[in-house]
Amino acid sequence: MDRAALQRLGVTAASTVGAVLIAFALGGLLLWFTGHNPFSIYRQMLEYGTETPQLLDTAKRAGPLILSGCAVAIGFKMNLFNIGVEGQYRVAMLFAAVAGAAVNLPAPLHVAFVFLVAMVSGAAWAGVAAVLKVRRGVNEVISTIMLNAIAIGLTAWLYNTFFRFEKLDSAGRVSLDVKTKPLPTSAWLPDLIKGSSGRLSWYFVIALVVALLVWLLVFRSTFGFQLRSSGLNPVAAQTAGIDSKKMVLRAMLISGALSGLVGLQALLVDEHSFKPGLAVGLGFTGIAVALLGRNHPGGIVVAALLFGFLQASSGILQIQDVPKSIVDIIQGIVVLTVVIVNEAVGRWLDKRTARGTSSAIRSGEVLV
Amino acid sequence: MSVGLNESKVGPRGIRAFASTSGGRLVIAAVGLFLILSIVRVVTGANDLTSPGTVSATLRLSIPLLLAGLAGLWAERVGIVNIGIEGMMILGTWFGGFGAWKFGPWTGIVLGILGGAIGGLVHALATVRFNVDHVISGVAITLLAGGFTQFLSAIAFDGVPGGGVSKSPPQQGPIATLTMPVLAGGDLFGLGTPDVLGWLYRKDVPVLSDFAGILRGLLTEVSWATLVALALVPLTALVLWRTAFGLRLRSSGEAPAAAESLGVKVIRIRYQAMAISGGLAGFGGAFLAIVASSTYREGQTAGRGYIGLATMIFGNWRPTGLLGGATLFGFTDALQLLGSKSIPALFLFVAVLLVLVGAWQARRGRVLAAVGAFAAGMIFLVVYLTVDKIPTDLVTSTPYVVTLLVLLAASQRLRPPAHAGLPYRSGDNH
Repeated sequence: MDRAALQRLGVTAASTVGAVLIAFALGGLLLWFTGHNPFSIYRQMLEYGTETPQLLDTAKRAGPLILSGCAVAIGFKMNLFNIGVEGQYRVAMLFAAVAGAAVNLPAPLHVAFVFLVAMVSGAAWAGVAAVLKVRRGVNEVISTIMLNAIAIGLTAWLYNTFFRFEKLDSAGRVSLDVKTKPLPTSAWLPDLIKGSSGRLSWYFVIALVVALLVWLLVFRSTFGFQLRSSGLNPVAAQTAGIDSKKMVLRAMLISGALSGLVGLQALLVDEHSFKPGLAVGLGFTGIAVALLGRNHPGGIVVAALLFGFLQASSGILQIQDVPKSIVDIIQGIVVLTVVIVNEAVGRWLDKRTARGTSSAIRSGEVLV
Repeated sequence: MSVGLNESKVGPRGIRAFASTSGGRLVIAAVGLFLILSIVRVVTGANDLTSPGTVSATLRLSIPLLLAGLAGLWAERVGIVNIGIEGMMILGTWFGGFGAWKFGPWTGIVLGILGGAIGGLVHALATVRFNVDHVISGVAITLLAGGFTQFLSAIAFDGVPGGGVSKSPPQQGPIATLTMPVLAGGDLFGLGTPDVLGWLYRKDVPVLSDFAGILRGLLTEVSWATLVALALVPLTALVLWRTAFGLRLRSSGEAPAAAESLGVKVIRIRYQAMAISGGLAGFGGAFLAIVASSTYREGQTAGRGYIGLATMIFGNWRPTGLLGGATLFGFTDALQLLGSKSIPALFLFVAVLLVLVGAWQARRGRVLAAVGAFAAGMIFLVVYLTVDKIPTDLVTSTPYVVTLLVLLAASQRLRPPAHAGLPYRSGDNH
């Protein structure tokens, strides 16, 4: 890495950390207004959060956020705003649960089959928005918002009409806890760490591997180069022979396929069957994670771990009589401060470069 | 002789002239829709379709969507995309519910408007001052509003009798309602008056009774807050299209650099418009918490901010179209309260409508569109004949599906403000 690139990385990292600190300061201000001592509360969160069970919980919560963040980031790299991750993984979860319960396969194949179904159905749902954009010029922000809401209605209807599995409890009555037909154990994701102090499944490892693959795809492949150049300058990319419509379609399909994986932790590790209202909100948090991670898989992993840590360590808050939602507030503020700081620092860097160039021209270091 | 000929031409020409104005077309469309609805009602016997109860439920459920749509309209007209309407509505429900519990319903409405306006100003600060992407800021505001109201509820409502971490205690009382005297049997100076429309509705004469039923629903027990909200539609049209302020506002949404070069203070007007936009969304939220319900509940908005956005698109970024969109989407919301007979009857209604659209397209020589409309009409007819109960899960998605179809079919005819959503810095030459 050359000096300029290192410098850029340093500035990016420093400004992001600064933005997170500002968000914590604002959250602390709110705590202070409501009669709490922010320093003692943050210290307690840190102490509680760094105990082993909470650290494992942090990693567990980070898994879906990594995938959700990567799904959003792939769109962002091409100037596509996929707000539809929420709906895409909802559809994917239902189909993965139903298809996974319908077949019998040996363990690793069964898990792979469920993953495949989830990716295909996530991509298909995202594909609707992609086709609308490519064929009719419909803005993907609007269409994915609409598709999110339709996904909730559609999955609820499909579930209520076709896929409800009424289980009888020990007394022979119909259980109130209705779900889809449970997945056989061969489709469950096994634990990576299982001990008295908590557990973590292989899902987290898969999420990390996917993040690595996304990095290779976006930053080290021809496709990634075309994707990023279409995002940076669509006209120039078009002139260079990159078909922007095809790129929109591909980027959206890949984003949707990744979205399909977001709900699989709830499905294959926790619940083993689908019901409406399972694992809600991961798509929107994924947008925050992607922004905080600057749309880079490495940054996304760090951001997802930070959010996971915040959520895992919020357990201590209730004991202190502090509303848990302070964590949601900090997460929301982070999105705003990160983009604001990013914008301000970007402008400052541009000015600095311009100043450097003009002084170099004046002193005769560079010839115009 | 010649005089007679001329006279005979006056009629059609008058109608044609009337039909060529946008207002005239609207009236003709409304009368046509009403006639079809009435016939369908008589044929199927689904009397709920035009009953005063349905109409007043539609009205009540349309108002939050209307206000959310107006919030989107004001924002996009000034050049800012407002995805944060949902968040601003959430703020409106909380502050509205809080105000109505502590001080009374009207104070609640005012507090709700202020709460939403603060959300709007935060959005303006992020997008105008800091040039943040409008969609990102909107998403952040919605996330933030959800967390913030949860936090406030835990502080203000938890432990209070009747309240909890996700709901406010019961409010002091509802907003007064208005029932039209003479026509709908409201009181006049404390005296009872006849209920003419109610009598006509009960007579069960085709067309006439339907008309009476719809009108009576619109005139019975209408909350004053509803009337205020409805008045905001012509007010918006007046301010945005008939005043200098409105011209400046719209010009900064179409071409901010040009507007600024002519002396329009684009930055200032964007803050003003966003305060209004947020206030309208907050009003919509407060309406949900105070008029449509009697307590604040977490999640009360249930995505209505997004339907508001859909309403705005459906209405082609215009107040009159927005009113139509809000009515349609409010009606789909009200469907869940209808009797089981009504929903299949609506399928017949849509089928008839599609066949008519098909005939019209065929007359204009558009074979593909005509065949498509006929086929869709036949599908709806088959559904009407075979399905007797429509699941509410799908009905709730209707506004979103309709919006996608509108975008799909009419994207060439939609005209959003040219500069909505694009970054702009004062002094830029775009």
